[in-house]
Amino acid sequence: MEAAAGGGCGSGPPLLSESEQQCYSELFARCAGAASGGPGPGHPETSRVASGAATAAAGPVADLFRASQLPAETLHQITELCGAKRVGYFGPTQFYVALKLIAAVQSGLPVRIESIKCELPLPRFMMSKNDGEMRFGNPAELHGSKVQIPYLTTEKNSFKRTDDEEKQQETQSPTMSPFASPPSSPPHYQRVPLSHGYSKLRSSTEQMHPVPYEGRQPLVQPEGPSSGGPGTKPLRHQASLIRSFSVERELQDNSSSYPDEPWRITEEQREYYVNQFRSLQPDPSSFISGSVAKNFFTKSKLSIPELSYIWELSDADCDGALTLPEFCAAFHLIVARKNGYPLPEGLPPTLQPEYLQAAFPKPKWDCALFDSYSESMPTNQQARDLNRMEKTSVKDMADFPVPTQDVTGDDKQALKSTLNEAVPKDVPEDPATKSGLLPPPPALPPRPCPSQSEQVSEAELPSQLNRAPSQAAESSPAKKDVPHSQPPSKPIRRKFRPENQSAESQEPSTTISGPASGASVKPHPTVQKQSSKQKKAIQTAIRKNKEANAVLARLNSELQQQLKEVHQERIALENQLEQLRPVTVL
Amino acid sequence: MAVCIMVIVKENYPFYVRSIPVENELKFHSVVHTSLDLVDEKISAMGKALVDQRGLCPGLLYPTEDYKVYGYVTNSKVKFVTLVDSSNTAHRDNEICSMFWKLHNSYTDVTCNPFPNPGDRIRPRVFDNMVTSLMTQVC
Repeated sequence: MEAAAGGGCGSGPPLLSESEQQCYSELFARCAGAASGGPGPGHPETSRVASGAATAAAGPVADLFRASQLPAETLHQITELCGAKRVGYFGPTQFYVALKLIAAVQSGLPVRIESIKCELPLPRFMMSKNDGEMRFGNPAELHGSKVQIPYLTTEKNSFKRTDDEEKQQETQSPTMSPFASPPSSPPHYQRVPLSHGYSKLRSSTEQMHPVPYEGRQPLVQPEGPSSGGPGTKPLRHQASLIRSFSVERELQDNSSSYPDEPWRITEEQREYYVNQFRSLQPDPSSFISGSVAKNFFTKSKLSIPELSYIWELSDADCDGALTLPEFCAAFHLIVARKNGYPLPEGLPPTLQPEYLQAAFPKPKWDCALFDSYSESMPTNQQARDLNRMEKTSVKDMADFPVPTQDVTGDDKQALKSTLNEAVPKDVPEDPATKSGLLPPPPALPPRPCPSQSEQVSEAELPSQLNRAPSQAAESSPAKKDVPHSQPPSKPIRRKFRPENQSAESQEPSTTISGPASGASVKPHPTVQKQSSKQKKAIQTAIRKNKEANAVLARLNSELQQQLKEVHQERIALENQLEQLRPVTVL
Repeated sequence: MAVCIMVIVKENYPFYVRSIPVENELKFHSVVHTSLDLVDEKISAMGKALVDQRGLCPGLLYPTEDYKVYGYVTNSKVKFVTLVDSSNTAHRDNEICSMFWKLHNSYTDVTCNPFPNPGDRIRPRVFDNMVTSLMTQVC
């Protein structure tokens, strides 16, 4: 069939290698299929002989040529050269010649007849959804553009290992930019619409991302008969890496045979994640709170349910905050998702926090940054508290009555000094100031008031204030406990508390990284719960105080009014008295 | 065997409903809703007692012909109500309470997720699975 090149048109069909033969004939069949019901595939000779009968329709051919991503001018030249213009149609010969020319041009050879005489790689065509053209070189995988590829692996080199990248290219993924262009074209990722929103996130480290994009491309290199690819050689190197991992995967589902591959985090990625983590939270050994993480991940423009699912997967200890490995896992999942990978059912083993910690041990972690850790910990605790209210309240019911009473002083102290900051910073502070501040608030003396309402409100106030600390837990039984023993025991307990807390804050630091459950966590949740309860209590107390203030002010004005009236009456009566008196005296 | 589990938030609307079999859900909704009063009543009646570590478990709220209704209240006024088939009379309060505690733990895990806003349906599958397991296992 090589010899088949003979006769035919002036351009003389080139010698076609077997793979080329196969490809071309398939392509030809495809192009002509619609038009003429399919030419005799396979042999150029037969096709040539029957060239009159078999022509490739101009439409599909044009599409195909466009898919090769060559400039239009070049395509025109090719068309001319191959003789289609001359004969007016794309016979198989012309078609093959054209394809060969395309291959030549893609390999960098000029558009000349002579170019096709030499051994050339197969022309490469960009996948387009409509055409369903397979990436060339592997007709065997032409099995259908329908294969959904979770295309873009923005993932860094890990995606070189990620298998599935099925070839299916969607036109919207320009990262798979033509192989004709050198693989190392970093800015391509910029065009990726998916990650566009995300690129904001990555502004600082965007250069890292192009790498995976390129890394992606070779993945698509199909194996098999696409052997003759000098132009694809550089890609092949990478591809061979991938291939060893992904050979059978290419046509398969994502997570089947190499479940870990998409989920493995490479060093680069890890660096990136760590940097991002640091931008959110300077201390790499501590947490990112839920709300912070939420803001951050929301920027990735994934839908909320997906984000919540990712969170669910990555927050292994369900504490409402992300440690560094958890954060990396979450980030990785997000990136994967953005690249189209379906989210896994469970956290893949390579993303487990233990694995991540072990695999990429950061020296800073385990080392005694626990000093700073414990400092930052109360902050984190507080932030986490806000998310963990439920949890701590669940876990700490046993401790509840005791700390509540202590909490009051801390509440007020914290309230007064740092209303908007993380409250627990105040928690370990000196008791002296606390004691100073404590007495005034509850010491609202119940004034003897004439009006009922005043009395009622007054009576309410102290009990409210006493109840305020317990408000945080919103447990009615507890409220009644508190007022009784609160006033006398407060000063004493406050002194005990700092000791407790300093002990506690050390303890939790060791337990934080582990799953937060069990008795060992009790001191830790106690502190957390206390601070969270404090905050709530403070807020409630504020609210109640304001209400009380309003009521009292109203009452005050009413009373003033009454007083004035009474005065006036009194004056009137005295006048009457004076008028009357001289009469009687007389 | 629990036929229905409902999580009701502070504002007294259901946050999560799960029932087996599904077609009776409407009926369950009404039963649970009416039993909310009972929950509140029992809570106020219990007063400060029973503030145990894991939350308020008023236990059996009301036995109807077909079902018994059990309730549970968390610290933040989230109520769990479950309907249990009356045929399974072997349930003791403790069992029910322990079931509720598991439910509560799972619920707090769910709540830790910052992404869905409070008030959204509970989507996480873990919770679902846990609930299903509870429902089938409580026999």
